[in-house]
Amino acid sequence: MASDPVIELINVSFAYNAKPVLENVNLTVSDKEFVWVVGPNGGGKTTLVKLLLGLLQPKSGTVRVFGDSASSARRRIGYMPQQAHLDLRFPVTARDVVLMGRLNKGMTPGKFSGADREKVHEALELVGMDSMAATPLRDLSGGQQRRLLIARALACEPDMLLLDEPTANLDRKAERELFKILKKLNQRLTVIMISHDPAFVSDFVEQVVCVNRTVAVHPTTDRDREFIGELYGDSLRMVRHDKHADGDQ
Amino acid sequence: MTEFFHAVANYPFMLNALLVGVLASVACGVVGTYVVTRRITYLAGGIAHSVLGGLGLARYLSIVHGWTWLKPMHGAIVAALVASVVIGWVSLRAREREDTVIGAIWAIGMAVGVIFITLTPGYNEDLMTYLFGNILLVTTADLYIIAVLDAVIVAVVLLFYNKFLAVCFDEEFARIRGINTEFFYILLLCLTGLTVVILVGVVGIVLVIALLTLPAAIAGYYTRTLWQSMVLSAALTVLFTTFGLAISYRPDLPAGATIIVFAGIIYLIAAVGNRLARPH
Repeated sequence: MASDPVIELINVSFAYNAKPVLENVNLTVSDKEFVWVVGPNGGGKTTLVKLLLGLLQPKSGTVRVFGDSASSARRRIGYMPQQAHLDLRFPVTARDVVLMGRLNKGMTPGKFSGADREKVHEALELVGMDSMAATPLRDLSGGQQRRLLIARALACEPDMLLLDEPTANLDRKAERELFKILKKLNQRLTVIMISHDPAFVSDFVEQVVCVNRTVAVHPTTDRDREFIGELYGDSLRMVRHDKHADGDQ
Repeated sequence: MTEFFHAVANYPFMLNALLVGVLASVACGVVGTYVVTRRITYLAGGIAHSVLGGLGLARYLSIVHGWTWLKPMHGAIVAALVASVVIGWVSLRAREREDTVIGAIWAIGMAVGVIFITLTPGYNEDLMTYLFGNILLVTTADLYIIAVLDAVIVAVVLLFYNKFLAVCFDEEFARIRGINTEFFYILLLCLTGLTVVILVGVVGIVLVIALLTLPAAIAGYYTRTLWQSMVLSAALTVLFTTFGLAISYRPDLPAGATIIVFAGIIYLIAAVGNRLARPH
């Protein structure tokens, strides 16, 4: 079972109206891999996320997650959205946010159980935020808010974490803390992280996926550190070049 | 003030007015908190103004065609629910610009209402009552309908509190967790529509939005969770409607307008106070 890919994209293309966003994407991710998805803004990273979650359907090609269709598998994914999409002044406590990971499917009404609350406590503990459960979201720092959203993803008891821009606008210290947590979680979960910010290089990343309409995959091994550095150098140059070409920066 | 208390003790219409203020506050606090946090004030405005179409049509059918069992409030409930579903659907699905379509529904609902009210013989003051409310005209029968609507709104929110919270805070995440977010969004708009119907009797169509949003906006400054915000905003609405009614009684001011001005002043004080307390 462990050798079966958790994600398989075969010749996937997607377009908004007539504008192609992704073309002929092929991608395979194995169990417990740590994958870093990079690329310029507008390059198709968010579209890739939505295809993996089954929120968008590909124009052509196949998306398989855990050997199933993306929309059937989505409950096994712990998803962390871009923080910019959330209203950070919303009147909720940290615990309220993480409890959203324990929601029942469908129309069933009712309250969260003691077991749900226990899971929420565990998830908050894993990201080092168990002492802040009653703190309102708006009083948390940027780094704490990110860790909270990871805790919410963990509360879903996922087999895979899918994180959209978890490090955007974080300082180096908060970023390092976040990575320590992700590295620990990667021992038992597949982690897929999206970032347009190529400012850091982590030596435990196993696969770098560069998304800019097409996808280029750079597999890495633990043994070949120098080679990794070279590859990152390559992908960094590529990302910067594309940003420049798009007039982004 | 003593004259006001005397009036409440002696005139049933004053007691009704006071009671409808309290009953309306429950729905207003609960639903207003959702409207403010989910930022759907404009949608709520569209629903509120569409209600005039239902009021006008029901009154027309009742007086001109002899459907005497049909009360304007029945028309208002149907119009509010239809407008909620249509506006919700437009906001979820339409490729058109959402604000343009909602603005059109807003105006068309009103236009339909004005036409039917003009076609109906009788007092034209009714139009003013619908637009600006007259809490003193609330009948005991209205009071029962309002109590039932209140119960429906509170029951639905109690049942689905967690799901509404998730859908309002992060719709995409809720969808991934297997929740039918479109259903809950439209259900929330229907609750907004029913709340609007309740509030029309208190402050009228034009002023509904202020009573729906100001208490919740004030409560937002002082509360940490959604349910705390609901409770505080309901309490504030009781305060605004009761005091507004009391202040307006002696000088014979319109109660609805007095309630709104009073709420607006308190909101300004709270907003300025909050700004001063947190300079950043």
